[in-house]
Amino acid sequence: MAITTSPLAQPRFWQFKSLRAAAFGLIVSFAAPALADNLPEVQRLIKQGQYAQALEKVDAWLASRPKDAQGRFLKGVIYTEMNKPTEAIGMFTRLSEDYPELPEPYNNLAVLYAQQQQYDKARTALEMAIRTHPSYAVAYENLGDVYAKLASQAYDKALQLDGSNAGTQNKLSLIRDLISTSGKVNAKPAADAATTTATATPPVKVADARPTPVAPTANIVSTTPGAAAPETSVAPTTPPVKPVEPKPEPAPAVSNAANEAISRAIDAWADAWQKKNMKGYLAAYAPDFRPPNGASRKDWEADRTKRISGKSGKISVVIEDLQITVDGDSATAKFRQHYKAGSLNTSATKTMTLVRAGSRWLIKEENAR
Amino acid sequence: MKVDRRLFPIIGLLLCLAATPHLYRRLQPETQPVDTAVSAAPMPENSPALPAEPPPILSDAGPEAQLVGIFNAIEANRLNQALELTENLLRQYPNYRLANLIKGDLLLARTRPIAAFGALANAPADKVADLRAEAIVRLKAYRERPEDRFIPRYLLQMQPDQRFAVVVDMQRSRLYLYANDRDNGGRPRFVADYYVTQGKLGADKYAEGDKKTPIGVYHVTANLPRQKLADLYGNGAFPINYPNEWDRQRGRRGSGIWLHGTPSNTFARPPRASDGCVVLTNQDLDAVAKNLQVGLTPVIISPSVEWLSLDDWARERDELNAAIDAWRHDWESRDTERYLKHYSPRFKSGSQDFAAFAAQKRQVMAAKEWIKVATDNLSVFRNPGPDEVVVVTFDQDYRSNNLNNRMKKRQYWQRENGQWQIIYEGSA
Repeated sequence: MAITTSPLAQPRFWQFKSLRAAAFGLIVSFAAPALADNLPEVQRLIKQGQYAQALEKVDAWLASRPKDAQGRFLKGVIYTEMNKPTEAIGMFTRLSEDYPELPEPYNNLAVLYAQQQQYDKARTALEMAIRTHPSYAVAYENLGDVYAKLASQAYDKALQLDGSNAGTQNKLSLIRDLISTSGKVNAKPAADAATTTATATPPVKVADARPTPVAPTANIVSTTPGAAAPETSVAPTTPPVKPVEPKPEPAPAVSNAANEAISRAIDAWADAWQKKNMKGYLAAYAPDFRPPNGASRKDWEADRTKRISGKSGKISVVIEDLQITVDGDSATAKFRQHYKAGSLNTSATKTMTLVRAGSRWLIKEENAR
Repeated sequence: MKVDRRLFPIIGLLLCLAATPHLYRRLQPETQPVDTAVSAAPMPENSPALPAEPPPILSDAGPEAQLVGIFNAIEANRLNQALELTENLLRQYPNYRLANLIKGDLLLARTRPIAAFGALANAPADKVADLRAEAIVRLKAYRERPEDRFIPRYLLQMQPDQRFAVVVDMQRSRLYLYANDRDNGGRPRFVADYYVTQGKLGADKYAEGDKKTPIGVYHVTANLPRQKLADLYGNGAFPINYPNEWDRQRGRRGSGIWLHGTPSNTFARPPRASDGCVVLTNQDLDAVAKNLQVGLTPVIISPSVEWLSLDDWARERDELNAAIDAWRHDWESRDTERYLKHYSPRFKSGSQDFAAFAAQKRQVMAAKEWIKVATDNLSVFRNPGPDEVVVVTFDQDYRSNNLNNRMKKRQYWQRENGQWQIIYEGSA
């Protein structure tokens, strides 16, 4: 968890939502309908942890279309899940060479490099992702973490500190993180895919097809106080990148009340945490909350209690840039969490899945990096 | 877009410290423009519009120019460029701690507001302070490079075979290398200057283990190659003759004061970190080492170098030469009382005080029918510090009716009541 380890605890491993949408566009246009189910099947298998089968399926898919970006991307994801970073890096590298305009392979490459503590390479990959897609929020967030990690390495050298060894322990979390978030984040209406121009090569305008970027996070680097201003956040030698204009999110009236309730729930959760109010804190979680790292609810509660009420000194939890997407009785909340306790001072992006329970909203999933 | 400038006032403060009124500018006539290094430096209050000219080609290739570039870029809010420059510098010197700290700050500034130089939460304050101190002295040194028209007061006269002289400024953490410009009447000519580390507790060594660097006129006594040394000493070491005659006479103790290099785990050490040695980076040590002559090259360590214009320097040099010549002449005259007037009542040489010395001279002189004294290879170095003391060394060729003697002699002269007098004399 980000709160107990380095800021780069769990880089978000981004599923290929946009490209998938694009790929669907291709499928709809060219491919036989029977094959269209194949990739969702692969994704289902990934979600279930059946990587070998997923690999088989995706290989079968790729046999007839070896250049297919989406299939290759999923294969990279599978390799990552199977803890085969070399193969995964190979997949994503070739993918980024064949489709340099796609940010996702770069992003995932960066995640893999970061796992291997190759933060300079991770940084380069993420900067590539941002160069092609200036508003790519995930890459920005990951890049922020990579910068923080690189900064901490530089400080270690400057001040002869013992480097933190946070990387290894978080690798598992990363994988599970992917599984739990991928399905939801990827829930993407295929209708959008229709807007993608079907061309022989995968679409360059893939960014247009993906969900509306969330403005504040999209520009997290340039809008964070103290961070480099736009003109300075880009090397003078490269032309300044312009964030893609975010389309305004349609805000149905019906979710406004829900938005407020969720916002209150998260505030209450953060407040209970700050006050070391374990009862209030744990009550914010749904009965079927899935603890990260596959831990049991009991172990998780014990661990949280130890880390929260067992902590001496003040805890401060500040929530920033809260973005809420409501989908019926389920909602996704994404925010920047600034945590401070004693010497520890971390900022992380957190994604929560909340479910409605009567008039309350409870946390069902929680992912941080 | 709102730009948070919290980082910049801090670094700006650092630059302000570095740009405090300094010696060379004070010495500089108002009509002369300051050198390009100074004008390129960020001094927002008076020179914002000056073009950032490339720094002059420097005789030493230390990181100062790059550091100035980095801080200029930071000051101008060109943080990406600053990071690029810092990374270039680190490619050159991967274990340069100061550059790593700046890199850390610049990277961290991309993720959150930076509150200070060395912004890492819980960064060890002493280490950050060390690096800040290094940055300040390096930037300051870069802007305040000595000019040809000014000479360290100490280098009054080098002997012909002394090719170079080393002058160390403790306050500035700087070592200046001067060449003996024999084609120019032995005028010292500035060659290069280097960042140095001194004793943890500063200058003016007095006792064994006091972690201070001595102040005085010394010379290198040996050349210890890397192979014979622990890693701590880096690429090599040059012991100097602390305590010298004058130190011992004043009860100064301790030993093992060296010029040496830097251990392999760091490019540079903080300004105050040694046990009294003068420490250079390995590359600087290598550069200086090429010019050091064992037993010959003077190493003059000062609290803060006093600079003389060429005219003043020539005047002091002539004055000393005249005093020395008068002493030699009066000795040859065999007028013992005239001769003894050149010696201070506080004169001491070993266990001999002035009275004993005078008695002996009177006795010896009575038997002399003629005396000839030649002083060759004369060197005159002013001893740094508040007392007006100079160290005079020469090959003395003494001839007389009953005794001939050649020796290398060293004298300490002190000006008392406007009069230069010998307070110590012995073989060197």
